[in-house]
Amino acid sequence: MVLTAIYAISFYLATLILIGGLAYKIIEYARTPAPLKVPTMPAPLTTGGVVVRMFEEVVFFKSLFRSHLKWTWLLGIMFHAALLVILLRHLRYFIEPVWWWVVLVQPFGKYGSFAMIVALLGLLGRRFLVERVNYISNPSDYLMLVLLLVIGASGTMTTFVAHTDIVQFKAFMLGVLYFDWQPLPADGPLLVHLAAVILLMVIFPFSKLLHAPGIFFSPSRNQVDNAREKRHLAPWALAKFETSRGTPPQPSV
Amino acid sequence: MAAKVEFQVPALRPYPYVPDLVPDSMKGKGPFVAKPDFQTPLGFPGPLVDNWQEVAIEKMGEMLKKYRSLRVYLDVCVRCGACTDKCHYFLGTRDPKNMPVARQDLLRQVYRRYFTLAGKFFPKLVGAKDLTKDVLDDWYNYFHQCSQCRRCSVFCPYGIDTADISMAAREIMDSIGLGQKYCNEIIGKVYKIGNNLGLPEPALRNTLEGLEEDIQTDIGVPVRFPIDEEGADILLVTPSADFFAEPHIDGLIGYAKVFHQAGMSWTLSSYASEAGNFGMFIGSYENMRQISLRIRKAALDLKVKRIVFGECGHAWRVAYSFLNTLAGPFDFLDPKYPVPQHICEVTLDLIKRGALKLDKTANDHRRITFHDSCNVARGSRMGDKPGGQFFIPREVIKASCNFFYDMPADTIHDQTFCCGGGGGLLTDDLIELRVKGALPRIEALKHVVDTHSVTNMASICAICKSQFTKVLPYYGFKMDMIVSVHQLVSTAIVL
Repeated sequence: MVLTAIYAISFYLATLILIGGLAYKIIEYARTPAPLKVPTMPAPLTTGGVVVRMFEEVVFFKSLFRSHLKWTWLLGIMFHAALLVILLRHLRYFIEPVWWWVVLVQPFGKYGSFAMIVALLGLLGRRFLVERVNYISNPSDYLMLVLLLVIGASGTMTTFVAHTDIVQFKAFMLGVLYFDWQPLPADGPLLVHLAAVILLMVIFPFSKLLHAPGIFFSPSRNQVDNAREKRHLAPWALAKFETSRGTPPQPSV
Repeated sequence: MAAKVEFQVPALRPYPYVPDLVPDSMKGKGPFVAKPDFQTPLGFPGPLVDNWQEVAIEKMGEMLKKYRSLRVYLDVCVRCGACTDKCHYFLGTRDPKNMPVARQDLLRQVYRRYFTLAGKFFPKLVGAKDLTKDVLDDWYNYFHQCSQCRRCSVFCPYGIDTADISMAAREIMDSIGLGQKYCNEIIGKVYKIGNNLGLPEPALRNTLEGLEEDIQTDIGVPVRFPIDEEGADILLVTPSADFFAEPHIDGLIGYAKVFHQAGMSWTLSSYASEAGNFGMFIGSYENMRQISLRIRKAALDLKVKRIVFGECGHAWRVAYSFLNTLAGPFDFLDPKYPVPQHICEVTLDLIKRGALKLDKTANDHRRITFHDSCNVARGSRMGDKPGGQFFIPREVIKASCNFFYDMPADTIHDQTFCCGGGGGLLTDDLIELRVKGALPRIEALKHVVDTHSVTNMASICAICKSQFTKVLPYYGFKMDMIVSVHQLVSTAIVL
């Protein structure tokens, strides 16, 4: 029961930190003005065009693809796509009855874990092997991959090696969700898996994982190319340089 | 740093080529530091203030609130490495701190230490560092080895733009009294005299009169170079190098001939006799705005209807992307024309309307390639379609020349390489950097020289033209290989 309490409370705290931390960063990004038009050109001329550009970046990693590092792109896409189906598959532990499309995703998610592990090993390998990437890597860059590998490996073990009592685990998860705690199966791989996930949730808002929300706020990617047509002015510039709204600045000698 | 630098000019390599790292190969003191006299007119202290560390951190905090780019870019880098082989200074010097991500990390390590929880509690883990004198020295040195060309931002999955980071770093350094002599002295000249070169009005008038006489003698046509003519339709704002440097001046002659043949009324301004805006190089919104306002004042004083910019890369980025923001609205100008316009837009429009008579064979002694200037390519647009900044100058060239060949696809358009002298680095105290930074462009140029017997490279940027004039001879090419786009028009135009 102590174990159940520790994990349940950790989940609550981690969720609060993840959501609170991300909300804080997103609000901070949104509130910080971009005083100048700085899209990397050529850039879309309309908001619709920006949506397309952003879609291509987020879904296909278009800019990364254009770089010479095709392996990085491949491993990156592989990891993120695998992670996505795995996360979708995991929805089944949080809902009852399980939605039909989550059932459909199940086999992909199940074997996707192998793709994720392979991709992570590849990404880790290049941090050691590619001289330039090795130079720019901080300890946290390696540890982040190791943490994800621990999550992937331990999770895969609960399915393929030391089968966890998944019915009991789901009862625990739903219990956490509805504040009606049920005992957590005390399986080694599962406990490691959950602990690593909790750690990941906690460090998310304080780490480079902020690239996930951050890309949507990147001025070089999210701005419309219309500087000549529409005057772009940050609130601080307006307040500092232009005394009243709509009045053109007086040329100073 | 000694005035005379001895260094080895890199050998040309087959393109593309990603070199091994040579750590600290470009470690040094950086360019000459601005004396206090050059700092004051720009509103900066000097020399280095006593509590510089404190002031710098405070300034960084202030800028993080003012610039979303800085905040997001410092947070989101995942060190994927996509940018690591994209910087011409890295390719030319092999110094790992010239890899864009490593350059950003010089600022990011300090951001993390002072502004993030991870960096406050686990500095070693996330590569966070105190702002020490060593770090400041690295800032000064390596943020003056970035020409703010934005090539790295093209390949970054998050669009992180090292140009924005190096501008911010220079602004922070200026705010503690550590400015760069070249940029800040030049901005001072603009405030005092009106242009980067410090060319006073009488000298400017004299030069323009001389040009009129030369053309009259050469071809017997009275092509005018009007200055301060109130009531002209067009205010031409052009880099001051156009008034005397080669091959810039041949471009200026080209604009004048175009206006002459099209029967357009235009004028230069002695007050705004400079298109270049070095305020951008030092990341100073206020200085960039002050310089931009001169153009607004000149347009109002001369009662013009349109503003047209001459061939100048960084000028065009500031003009296209920032002028409306900094000195707008331009509701007093003729709404039929975009504000501002690029001279290539004007010329191509005239060509398409059949208003210019061009004899392409006059350029048959030249086989041309085109160097996309970085700030035009990645910081601006021409025309009404994305990518117009690539096609419009090329169409102008092709209308004036029979022989045109592009350099390899991954060295042109938005993947173009900087000339190596942009972003406030066009100074002799950085000559080693300039020569080495030009290497990727020269390698691509060599490719078309070998495959298509290209004789000339055309450009629409004053810095590119000056830089290539200086560095081409280091690689065994003639300095006059670099030409202005409107020089080609000037040769072809039949008056």
